Amino acid sequence: MMKYLCLVYYDEKEIQQLSQQEWDRLNRDCMDCVDDFTQGGHFLDGAPLLSTDAATTLRVRDNKALITDGPFAETKEQLAGFYMLEARDINEAIRLAEKIPPARYGCVEIRPVRELMEQGNSR
Amino acid sequence: MTPSSIEQRIAAIYRNESRRALATLIRLLHGNFDLAEDALQDAFMAALSQWPHDGIPRNPRAWLISTGRFKAIDRVRKNARLEKYLNGLAHTSDIGPESQPWENDEAIEDDQLRLIFTCCHPSLAIESRLALTLREVCGLTTEAIAAAFLVPVPTLAQRIVRAKNKIRDAGIPYEVPAPEALSERLDAVVPVVYLVFNEGYSASGGTEVIRRDLSAEAIRLGRLLHELLPNPEVAGLLALMLLHDARRGGRTNANGDLIPLEEQNRTLWNRAQIREGCDLVVQALRSGPPSAYTLQAAIAAIHAEAPTAEETDWAEITGLYDLLLRINPSPVTALNRAAALAMRDGPEAGLQAIDKLMNHKELQRYHLLHAARADLFRRLNQFQEAIQCYQQALDLAQQEPERRFLQQRLTALQNKNS
Repeated sequence: MMKYLCLVYYDEKEIQQLSQQEWDRLNRDCMDCVDDFTQGGHFLDGAPLLSTDAATTLRVRDNKALITDGPFAETKEQLAGFYMLEARDINEAIRLAEKIPPARYGCVEIRPVRELMEQGNSR
Repeated sequence: MTPSSIEQRIAAIYRNESRRALATLIRLLHGNFDLAEDALQDAFMAALSQWPHDGIPRNPRAWLISTGRFKAIDRVRKNARLEKYLNGLAHTSDIGPESQPWENDEAIEDDQLRLIFTCCHPSLAIESRLALTLREVCGLTTEAIAAAFLVPVPTLAQRIVRAKNKIRDAGIPYEVPAPEALSERLDAVVPVVYLVFNEGYSASGGTEVIRRDLSAEAIRLGRLLHELLPNPEVAGLLALMLLHDARRGGRTNANGDLIPLEEQNRTLWNRAQIREGCDLVVQALRSGPPSAYTLQAAIAAIHAEAPTAEETDWAEITGLYDLLLRINPSPVTALNRAAALAMRDGPEAGLQAIDKLMNHKELQRYHLLHAARADLFRRLNQFQEAIQCYQQALDLAQQEPERRFLQQRLTALQNKNS
């Protein structure tokens, strides 16, 4: 079994256009999705995120903390949440990630997880 | 048997069997490409030293796979980093010879499909899919692939290494996709096969021999996919490749210069291959809405069956381009349609259709647009305009055989005009 982190991205401006009803429905779809993943034994962890308006970016340079507002990069789609899933291989991970509801609006980046080791860490 | 003849037979076995043996070894070695490649090399080294004394085994492929697998187990035992593969491998070595899965031709074919689908996984970039397929499935050398795609050898070698690393790290499984995912996954395979073919058929780089190998390999892959996964899109792709390739004998003269379709000697076309291609087109057209490959194959079939350029059914070809434009509205397709229209309704109609395409940015720098206009002006005896368009085409053309062709046309017109 492998662990895959599914990072959910969408255009926050596009999601802002949804009515409260549509937005609530999308959130209920996400709750159902988590239930399905849990029943299938695939769900390890996950969380939705508040919008990037609430984000803070921190860098440590020369032992000093540099703090700025929001995410640094001006990208079209922003990180909106994550699912940590357990799957046999990438094909199973893809089939699971297809069911993540916001994939209909933005995209899901599927990243294999590595383990921290004392030495010989993979890159 | 003399030593040289047994070596020749081993070389022939290498050519015919090495890719299939590799595909099976990758499965037996749990998807480890590098270990399987080393194992295959070890097996052939063993064959070169043993077969001259012991004779060639009854089933050389099974012998190579079995030997390669044992050599790989040896390698794993000597290498601590590979040790995590050892348990599984030691376990499978208990299987008796009567149940050895590599004796079975069906399993071997499945392994070839597994290899194609793994090398063409959609999570690999198209350039990586292409390089990996040519290296692993077709067995071309890194140097030959680099030459064909005009890429430096280290760049291509690195592309292959990265793709193999991604297969391992992302957990791309060594399997034929499940039926529900098959059509989606074929979408990632089909363009790779067509790119391999096109690289061999057009003249962008590499020697004539490398290019002929690429086309032959693409057709082999197309046949394999078609045999194992009968599907209208694959049938259309195979038909298109067979029909284009059938005209290879008439496309160039002894100097390697291109001969335009209407001037080709049609008796040099491969009739058996045309028949096979036409049958596949009919088969694909009967199985539902046609894919872009099937429509292009249908167009190629009409050309291939016409006794001369004049007797070609240009109305039918124009209609097929209309359908193709609906599925795949690209300016290049629109240009081809305009050329067909010129044959149906005359050069002036063709020029009018091309003029409407002139504001497409991507066509303005496309040499074939200017070459098509030049040809139509030439047919209208408007030599001054034709010369000007040939000159524009020549300024934009990159490939040597095309440049030579355009230069010849230009010189002929300049002589006529002076």
